[in-house]
Amino acid sequence: MEKVITAHQLTKKFGQFIATNAITFDVKAGEIFGFLGANGAGKTTAMRMLCGLSKPSSGEAKIAGYDIYTQTESIKQHIGYMSQKFSLYEDLTVTENIRFFGGIYGLSQQQIKEKSDALIQRLELSSVAHTLLSSLPLGWKQKLAFSVAILHEPKIVFLDEPTGGVDPVTRRQFWDLIYEAAAKGITIFVTTHYMDEAEYCDRISIMVDGKMEALGTPLELKQQFKAVTMDEVFYILARGAKRIE
Amino acid sequence: MRTVRYLLVKEFKQIFRNRSILAMIVVLPVMQLIVMPLAADYEVKNINLIIVDQDRSSKSEDLRTEAISSGYFTLVDYGSDYKSAIQLLDKDKADLILEIPNGFEKRLIKENSAQVLIAVNAINGVKANLGSAYLNNIINRYNEQIKISQSGSETSALIAKLDMVPKNRFNVYMNYRWFMVPGILAILVTMVGGFLTALNIVKEKEIGTIEQINVTPIKRRHFILGKLLPFWILGLFVFSVGMLVSYLVYGIVPSGSLLVLYVYVAIYLLAVLGLGLLVSTYSDTQQQAMFIMFFFMMVFILMGGLFTPIESMPDWAIVVSKFNPMSYFIQVMRMVILKGSSFVHIQSQLFITALFGIVLNFWAIMNYSKRN
Repeated sequence: MEKVITAHQLTKKFGQFIATNAITFDVKAGEIFGFLGANGAGKTTAMRMLCGLSKPSSGEAKIAGYDIYTQTESIKQHIGYMSQKFSLYEDLTVTENIRFFGGIYGLSQQQIKEKSDALIQRLELSSVAHTLLSSLPLGWKQKLAFSVAILHEPKIVFLDEPTGGVDPVTRRQFWDLIYEAAAKGITIFVTTHYMDEAEYCDRISIMVDGKMEALGTPLELKQQFKAVTMDEVFYILARGAKRIE
Repeated sequence: MRTVRYLLVKEFKQIFRNRSILAMIVVLPVMQLIVMPLAADYEVKNINLIIVDQDRSSKSEDLRTEAISSGYFTLVDYGSDYKSAIQLLDKDKADLILEIPNGFEKRLIKENSAQVLIAVNAINGVKANLGSAYLNNIINRYNEQIKISQSGSETSALIAKLDMVPKNRFNVYMNYRWFMVPGILAILVTMVGGFLTALNIVKEKEIGTIEQINVTPIKRRHFILGKLLPFWILGLFVFSVGMLVSYLVYGIVPSGSLLVLYVYVAIYLLAVLGLGLLVSTYSDTQQQAMFIMFFFMMVFILMGGLFTPIESMPDWAIVVSKFNPMSYFIQVMRMVILKGSSFVHIQSQLFITALFGIVLNFWAIMNYSKRN
């Protein structure tokens, strides 16, 4: 199977502090890859490097075949990103946000129109299509942010704690969206703190103090650490963490 | 270019939804242009005067009337006690004391000369200087009158007199507002352009939306163009509103061509927006951006030749003012509006301002990075 992310010894230092310490892994096309770790373990830093938002200190990585040092702009054409902070425009309406991001990804008027209609229908947002985002509940906004992040049909979408602060029902709906995107062949790279969500992933990695301490399917990891649930696996690993937020 | 269009649509929608920005670009300039020139006035009036008249004669009475009717002075007290007058000066209730001593009239008639005393409260140097100068003028004029009335009409021709008749050009009536309003408009355009640009981009940093932009394949120059153009248009709009207000309220019609003014402003705005952009690339929060911009604005305003002529500044300050884009703008405004200067006359200012624009924008684009 084609590999869409390959990282080798990828490292980011801030002065003396090693945020991400020589992580090596790859992600296959169409996979849902869970990226776990306690707060401050270095997940967001790693993800920002992979998205071309942060320059690595050392190591190598290729995203969709493009080098993360020299070809960041090509990478950006093929990835979607949803940051921890909600980052659509609160003072624009649902349709205006879709049109804007569609526009700067270079979609045609026609494509934007079609995708926008389909998306609003799918998310059941037609009654609020012309409402400013600032007056919508967080769960709705997060679903919209995800849909906007994959509007240009990227090969990979990076999701940084997409369901933080969202209620369980909406969380479930959010994962339905993720499965739909994965079914279309979009690779999902997701960080989360919810262990039930970890179980939804094809493979997961667990980071502790900037290092990648475990990597495998949920079943493999449970067997490896002789645990019944993913929760236990996480405890066993994260307990040893020295970095506290 | 399509990308830039999407950015423009977005920016304008956001601007028109933000009431405080709308107020900043419409209400603020209008209010300030109406209020500030009235208050920021060099002409010193309402100088508080005390006359200590120990003579109480018809001549001292004449002098008093002369002083009051000049319109510059407010008579706070009219008495005969110098000590109580000094006390009022101590309390800052008075700016000037004119003391007319006992025997003033008698001496004037008999000895052909008399003395008066002026005491000045010189805390406010400008007011004190001008006040005593006005009063000196009045006394001189009074002097002339006495000479003429005493010597009679035939002999007055014998007194040699040199009169200077100045011819004022460009601002014939030396209307103070004609001088100030163009300068204040220059400040307003600079503030609106600089602050709005700087704060707009830093705001996107603060709320995190810039991250979402940085992860798209958008070109740096497109993004920056999309940010500059809206504020460039707003700047020209504010300038137009300001010109309209100056015409409606102060009757100021530029003697030079509007085309010259607009071409200059269009280029000047690029320089100011470039500065705003540059500040935004160095700040992470709106507070930081605000303080840095304030620092520049203070320097620009105080060293831009609006209130005090640059030529009378110390050498180092003159050098600093050469790096102050606003000083060129104020010069050009006054030259074109009052003197009717054309492109030929303002070409050096035009050239330097364009240079500012190129350097600042280039620097800003270099320093704006999509990743850290």
